[in-house]
Amino acid sequence: MRGVRRIAVSLGVSMLASVGLVIVYISGGQNQLEGLLLGLALGGMGFGITLWATELLVEPEKVEERAPLESSESDRKDAVEMSEEGQFTRRTLLTRMLGGAGATLAAALAIPALSLGPRPGQDLFKTKWTPGARVVDENGRFIRPGDISVEEIVTVFPENYVGSSDSQAVLVKVDSDLLQVAEGREDWVPQGCLAYSKICTHAGCPVGLYRSEDHQLLCPCHQSTFDVLQAGQAVFGPAIRALPQLPLEVDADGYLVAQSDFPEPVGPSFWNRTREA
Amino acid sequence: MLKWIDSRLGAASLARKGLRKVFPDHWSFLLGEVALFCFVVLLATGVFLTLFYRPDSVPVEYQGPYGPLRGQEMSAAYESVMRLSFEVRAGLVMRQIHHWAALVFVASIVLHMGRVFFTGAFRRPREINWLVGIGLLLFAIGMGFTGYSLPDDLLSGTGLRIAYSAMLSIPFVGPYLSFLTFGGEFPTEGIISRLFVMHVMLLPGLLIGLITVHLALIVRQKHTQFRGAGRTERNVVGKPLWPSQTFRSLGLMLIVSGLLAMMGGLIQINPVWNFGPFDATIATAPSQPDWYVGWLEGGMRLFPPIEFTIFSTTFATVLWPGVVLPGIAFGTIALWPFIEKKVTGDEAEHHLLDRAREVPMRTAAGVAGIAFFAMLTIAGGNDVLAVTFKLPIEAVTWALRIGLFAVPLIAAFIAYKMCVELRSSQGHPFRRQRGVRLVRNAEGGFEES
Repeated sequence: MRGVRRIAVSLGVSMLASVGLVIVYISGGQNQLEGLLLGLALGGMGFGITLWATELLVEPEKVEERAPLESSESDRKDAVEMSEEGQFTRRTLLTRMLGGAGATLAAALAIPALSLGPRPGQDLFKTKWTPGARVVDENGRFIRPGDISVEEIVTVFPENYVGSSDSQAVLVKVDSDLLQVAEGREDWVPQGCLAYSKICTHAGCPVGLYRSEDHQLLCPCHQSTFDVLQAGQAVFGPAIRALPQLPLEVDADGYLVAQSDFPEPVGPSFWNRTREA
Repeated sequence: MLKWIDSRLGAASLARKGLRKVFPDHWSFLLGEVALFCFVVLLATGVFLTLFYRPDSVPVEYQGPYGPLRGQEMSAAYESVMRLSFEVRAGLVMRQIHHWAALVFVASIVLHMGRVFFTGAFRRPREINWLVGIGLLLFAIGMGFTGYSLPDDLLSGTGLRIAYSAMLSIPFVGPYLSFLTFGGEFPTEGIISRLFVMHVMLLPGLLIGLITVHLALIVRQKHTQFRGAGRTERNVVGKPLWPSQTFRSLGLMLIVSGLLAMMGGLIQINPVWNFGPFDATIATAPSQPDWYVGWLEGGMRLFPPIEFTIFSTTFATVLWPGVVLPGIAFGTIALWPFIEKKVTGDEAEHHLLDRAREVPMRTAAGVAGIAFFAMLTIAGGNDVLAVTFKLPIEAVTWALRIGLFAVPLIAAFIAYKMCVELRSSQGHPFRRQRGVRLVRNAEGGFEES
């Protein structure tokens, strides 16, 4: 009876492991041991039962006939006739009205789903940047162009809105000689300070990596790459649009401020982004 | 006692029939059972986790025993996961068993689906159960995705953000749909509690309902079987439910749970304390999702930048890999029984299973599909590949773009040839016949054939 002995050993292991599990738990718990012992407790029992089935319950295979799934012709006819018992097909007007009332009721009951969220309105088109808003770092400190060194990158927000997700921007300082300023953006770059929206125009991840050797911002999610020197244009990866650039200037106290909000909606595309909101 | 029950329910006659019910035996029929048992483990561990989790994004300061994060601000949700992992006795092992069980759950569903596909078990009369199965797969992925997002760590936030962007990109309805789903512009405060309700109430309810239908249909239609002595389209040959099948299934359930428990104890998974709490201004590289979302991530990485605006309506680049690709993929899989019926014109009932080699076209199509998903999944780690092999990311991406179409075609061609070869030689791919085959000729002698 080797089978019986093996089953007994399996069940015995399970029992011991269960006892061990309780001891480990009571004496403070230990993650690895708990998993191991629980595994042995469950697995030992499972092993024992499976051995029981394969070694001791040796049954011959049985044959079961497969009755046809289709109903008989007369059953089908009866079922159709029974469904006619209410004479619904004759009351065309009322059955249609019933259907119509059901549909309108369903629509009325579905309407409260609109409470789940606000209408998009202006939310996707505007951020918290306003004309004259000071540029601050994540600790809320104002920034002068002289505070950051060339090739340094800082995540910035509008004053009073530190952490605002759609307003986050990257501030980079570059050598003015390298910069190829786009037409109409000549006065957006005080002393080589550039700011771009930090939200990738592809799927909205924060564009967090800067490769200073080729002046490119890289999105870690899908490797979209943007050229800082050329108006934030997408140069590689699945993104197609440039990162929106924030027009910067220096205010009377020497701090960086925004001239306005981003000139276009930030972040991933949506169908009406080129329309007026 | 038994008499008491029987006199009220007539249980004995039901049991007499039910316990004799025959189930055919084959190792591949156990894959679906493995999925079911994973679900049982998920429910058991999930209830435990629910009692400690706090579905709240209100900011709190961490004061727990994990040094590196002490004093940092984080959501109450993340903090509760930290407490569960470090302070609740047996909390971490439960969390890790839950996560491992989720990964194995989806994996066993996919393998089970592959078995059903390659053996043609989806054919008439089982098309309905195939569709129910697709629904189960979708809900299981939904469970995985919502569960992955609940700890509110940095990685889960990144996944949510990409899902939001994909939803936002749908023409005409995207902004409304995503605002209704997320409760506003991402990131929203309410999203954690919404995901929680989905994860612990709506989706489990739907899963339990669909699993019930799935099993009821198997009972009604009876299980399929492979060809063999005495097995026909008109019968089922196998072991009865009691005691053989019951003992085997019970044993399998305990072994599966035992393995998951060991994995949960010994193999670390999703160490959220390493990722840190969610911060809308940070994403890290490499950020990897759970395995069953990898192909979607890969699609996002490989799809070339195509975005256009007609009549001032923008069709975003994430629309294609984020919405259209999964739509087509799941649509094709769901409709496969009907597509195949159109192609072959086979309307007959089938209860005997095909072997993969016997239907080269289907097998080739399935292999192509698997290769396609595999390539996309590999592409989901293109940054990891680039770093590992010290190649420029651009080169890796281009190679994968070409491979996405080339590899499935080549794989399908090889699979087709192999099927035809195996079918004609009648050989088993692994169990080669030993010895030679002798054929008696007209003269009464023997010669090798």
